[in-house]
Formats: sequence, structure tokens, C-alpha cells
Amino acid sequence: MASCSFEDVLAKAERDEAEKLKGITVSKELDLEFDPGNLLAFDKNRIDTREFKDCKREDFLRSLARDNTQLLVNEIWKLPTERVEEVLVAKLPDPTTLLPREKPAPKPKPPTKWEQFAKLKGIQKKKKTNLVWDEVHKEWRRRWGYKRAKDDTKEWLIEVPENADPSEHQFNKRNKAKKERVARNEYNRLKNIARAQKIKVPGMGLAPTPRQSKAELAQAVNVAKISTASVGKFQDNLPKEKTPKNTGKKRKFQPLIGDFSSEKQKQLDLLKVMDSKKPRLDVTKAVNKQMREEDMESRHKNKKDFGKKGRRGKMSGKGKAGGKGPKGKGRKPQMKQGKR
Amino acid sequence: SKLLKGIVKAKTRRSKRFLQSREPKLTEGQKSSMIIRGGNSSETVSQALKDVYALKKPNAVLYKRKNMVRPFDDSTALEFFSKKSDCSLFLFGSHNKKRPNNLIFGRMFDFHVLDMFELGIERFVSLRDVKTDTCPEGTKPLLVFAGELFETDREHQRLRNLLTDFFCGPRVSAVRLAGLEHVLHFTALEGKIYMRSYKVLLKKSGCRTPRIQLQDMGPSFDFVMRRNHMASDDLYKTAHRQPRGVKPKKKKNISHDAFGTRLGRLHMQKQDLDKLQTRKMKGLRKRRGEQTAETAAAAAKAPRTDE
Repeated sequence: MASCSFEDVLAKAERDEAEKLKGITVSKELDLEFDPGNLLAFDKNRIDTREFKDCKREDFLRSLARDNTQLLVNEIWKLPTERVEEVLVAKLPDPTTLLPREKPAPKPKPPTKWEQFAKLKGIQKKKKTNLVWDEVHKEWRRRWGYKRAKDDTKEWLIEVPENADPSEHQFNKRNKAKKERVARNEYNRLKNIARAQKIKVPGMGLAPTPRQSKAELAQAVNVAKISTASVGKFQDNLPKEKTPKNTGKKRKFQPLIGDFSSEKQKQLDLLKVMDSKKPRLDVTKAVNKQMREEDMESRHKNKKDFGKKGRRGKMSGKGKAGGKGPKGKGRKPQMKQGKR
Repeated sequence: SKLLKGIVKAKTRRSKRFLQSREPKLTEGQKSSMIIRGGNSSETVSQALKDVYALKKPNAVLYKRKNMVRPFDDSTALEFFSKKSDCSLFLFGSHNKKRPNNLIFGRMFDFHVLDMFELGIERFVSLRDVKTDTCPEGTKPLLVFAGELFETDREHQRLRNLLTDFFCGPRVSAVRLAGLEHVLHFTALEGKIYMRSYKVLLKKSGCRTPRIQLQDMGPSFDFVMRRNHMASDDLYKTAHRQPRGVKPKKKKNISHDAFGTRLGRLHMQKQDLDKLQTRKMKGLRKRRGEQTAETAAAAAKAPRTDE
């Protein structure tokens, strides 16, 4: 009892600790850089080239690798661990070495025409049930696809509606309608893709499709004819071709006996405009005119004598025509009179 | 192509899944590599390619037939292969009189060559020649780089990044401690790179962390640096650009103090402390007797002031 003193016990404990840590300590000049997320370690220390050449190369490399791996393992063992299915697992942090991507980041797809509309109106997507109750078969069937609930195509009897032509084929009519829907869906899908990629698609009838009707071809011919610099004014006709007379803007007139209240309202508005003292100002027109005036003035400033004459001459002309224009719409703004 | 644009739709669900796996994603999975044999290759090169393929299985494809490609002159063939097999890393091996036992390590971004490093094999020990048992396929290796050249020299830095990219396995959130079996050690010295591969033996040490012992395993290479093609700085930067969804959103009003405790900040309107609704303590309520005494005191005070 007397032989083991307090200091001896402490010293022995210290020695034991040192023994334990001897196994795993490695002394290095510079600390290694660790990236545990990638299980990576980087040793910046200088490698003694003499030692490398003198000793057996493999042994030197192996001892260097052993030291570095020991330090890396020490680092990994410091990470928090947990037990997953009776296995001890260390949770790795995010990797710190920046590695380049394989492919560029995906761009968000622009919304389709329906999606834009739904967003505008605030329409939410409704989650639909997988199965629907089918009354005919008295069981739950899928909403669409093989053996669906309300299958149009499986009907063996279609009643001819009252206002329909009795010799019409109802089954054929149904099939055609389906084909139409499919074609329209496909067309809209392709238009959405074109809009997403900002590819310009020519209008109806101008993009060549396998079978084109007479009307489509005629429209294509007309469009081609006016696609010149002078909008088709000097294009010669083919021997038996007739120039279409109905081109140009159509003026739409209201029917003679239509909505009386709207007609009355229109007439009253017109009178109100005519009556008002202030002219109705078309701001864009006014601004454009002003800008043009200023440009002309700045140009003529350089040419002094000629410019002065011209300006005066112009002003007088304006003065006469200024004020209220015909029909009370005030085509020429009042502000011009101030310049005189 | 029409498939990628969506003009031609996939006809089966399996093909649709295949196309989706090839689309660019927010967070990318493991990169696949293609190991290609060049026009003429020696025994060393063929064996080296097979060994690297064994290391990188299953995320690798080996093209054993001769491919008359010169990556440094014309990389379009490599880019075509990459597009077809959806691989962004490649290893091209060839042999000729001018460049014997040549290996080209490279990577792609968006199916165009990003970096390429040509390394010549001076000494090679194959998996076959070393008679030890190897680790199972697909173990994530420990990577160690040694040598100050990897820090100071720009080309070595890029090579280090490329080798990390090539040999690091899939990105994992956790790793089994007993499963750290494989270590790849790269040493850079005087323009040469020594690559060694060891099996890790975890021995008992006094404490929790085991003592490491290494056993020679696997392919070992002595490389010499030859030509290289490094990506321009802006292309390199573009390749690193991460999409927005990946970075975790920083929550405002949360801070950490010196002790590591998480503190939050709440912003309140100004409160009228007199009108605060607190717990009603019945005992503290004013009683009737007290009330009259107070009013009497108030009344007594008032006439005194008047006077």
C-alpha cells in the first residue's frame, strides 16, 4: 500500500493514455486539409526527395500513405455517428471541393397557354380520384385507359337525336369527332412547344401539311403574292387568274335596326364631344407632332436665311388650320397656337 | 433532336423513364465514365484500362474495340460517344512510338470537352499481379493527395480536381465505418504522379479510433505529365454554376451566438404595459373595505388642498 503513491498512480495513468494514443497519432509539419464529405485528404507537406530515392520507393510511399490515411480516418471518426440497422454509420457533411456539373442547370419551362390562363383566372388543379364508379358494370373502374368506366367506343347502340339527319352515320360521326379532338390536342401541344422555344410558326394554312384543301392552297397563294416589297401591287396575274377584289380592310357597319339603347347612347356621346369646348387630345399624336416639329426646327437652325422664311411660312399655314378640326374630335391640338 | 425538344413523344413508359434519366437535373447523381481504347494500344494500356474499369464498375462502360480517335486534334468523336452513352468522364488509352502507353483522363460539360490531361504510364502493376483479395465493387474509396505541387502549380490543381471527380464515388450522406476499405493515394513529385491503391485494415488501438495498416492492392501507376487541355476560366465557372433550388434558403431572424445556441428575433408592436392582460390573482384584487378607505383618504386629501 505504501509503495503506490498518488504521483505514481497519476504517472501510470498518463503513460497508459500516451500508449493508447501512440497508435493513432501522426506528426506532420503542416496539418492536412480535409474534405470528409468526399472522403478526401490533401497533404501539403514537402516530400523528402532524398528519402524517396534512397529507400525503397514502395515502402516510402506506403508509409506516407499510411500516415495520411490514419489522419483522414481520425478525422472521419470524429464525425457524429448513429446506428442504422445494427450497423454503425458516420454522418458525412456536405463536400467542400467544388466539382463541375455534368450538364447545365435545367431551365424552368415557360407555362403553356392553358397554364397562363389558369393562373390569370386563379383556377386550381383539382386532384381526381383514380377509380370511378361504373353504373353499367356495377364496379369501380379506372377513369381512362383500358377498361375504363364510361367507354364510348364499346356502345353497340347510339340513338339518332331528333334534329339530326336520319341517313347520317352516328358511329362514323363519333369517330371523326374523336380524330378531330386528337388532332387539335396534338396541334396545341406543338404550338406550346414552339412558343416555349420561341420558334415562329406560320399561320393557319401556310405550313405545309400532307393534304391541303383548295381554300388553304388559295390562301397560301394569296399570301405569297402580297409578300413582296410593294405588297403585291406589281405582281402579274396568271392567264386565267382573277385578282381578288375583297382584300383590304372591311368596314363593319352596325345593323339598321339593332340595339336601340346602344344607338341612342352612341349618338348622345357624339353630341357631348361636339359640344365640349376643350378639344379631345390624342396624346401620342400630339407628342409625335411636337417631336417632328422640334427636329425640323433644329435642322433649319443651321440653315439660317432659308430656315427663317420656311418657319414663318409654315407657322402661318398652321395658324389657319389650327383650332378645332372637323367632327369635333380636335384633330389638331390647341397648343400649336401658342408658338406664334 | 426532335426527341429532346418534345416534338416526338416517347411511346412507352420505359422509354419515357430512360429519357427522364438523361435530362439535366437540379442535383446530379454519380457521373458515368467511358473507357475507350485508341487506334493502337499495347498490353500495358489494355490491362490498365481493364483495371480502371474494374475500379469504376458499375458506372463505367468499356469500349474495347479500336477507335481511331485523336482527342487533342478532334474531340467530336468523343463528344458523340459521350452523348450516346450519357457519360461525362472519359479515359482514352493509346500507344504509339512518340507517346508510348498514353492515357488521357478527361471530363465533359454539356457534352463538350471541359478538361483533358494526358498522362504517360512509366510503370504499371496490374490487379492480376498483386495476389491479395480486393474490395467489393462500388466501395467509395478514400482519396489522399500528397505533394505541394498539387497546391502551387495551376495544372496540378486542375488535375487534382479532375482525379477527384473521376475516382470519388457517389455522393453519400453517411458511410459505414467498417466499410472504409479502399484508399487511393496520389503523390506529385517533380512532374510525375505516383498513384497507389491500398486495402485498409483497421486494427485495434487503445481508443475508439482504429490504427490503420495498409496492404498493397490493386493497380499502381507511375504517371508522367504530358500534354493537357484545360478549360478557359469562364467555361470552368459556367460549369460550376448551381441552379437556384439547390442552395438552402437562409432563414432570417435566426442567429447563433458564441456558445452555439440558436437565437431567434421576433418583432412586436409597442405594448401598453398598463393594459396588459396577465394572470388574475384573486388575492391581490382590491377588496371593498380597502376601497372605501382609499376613497376616504382621497376625499380627506382633496379638501386639504382646497384650503
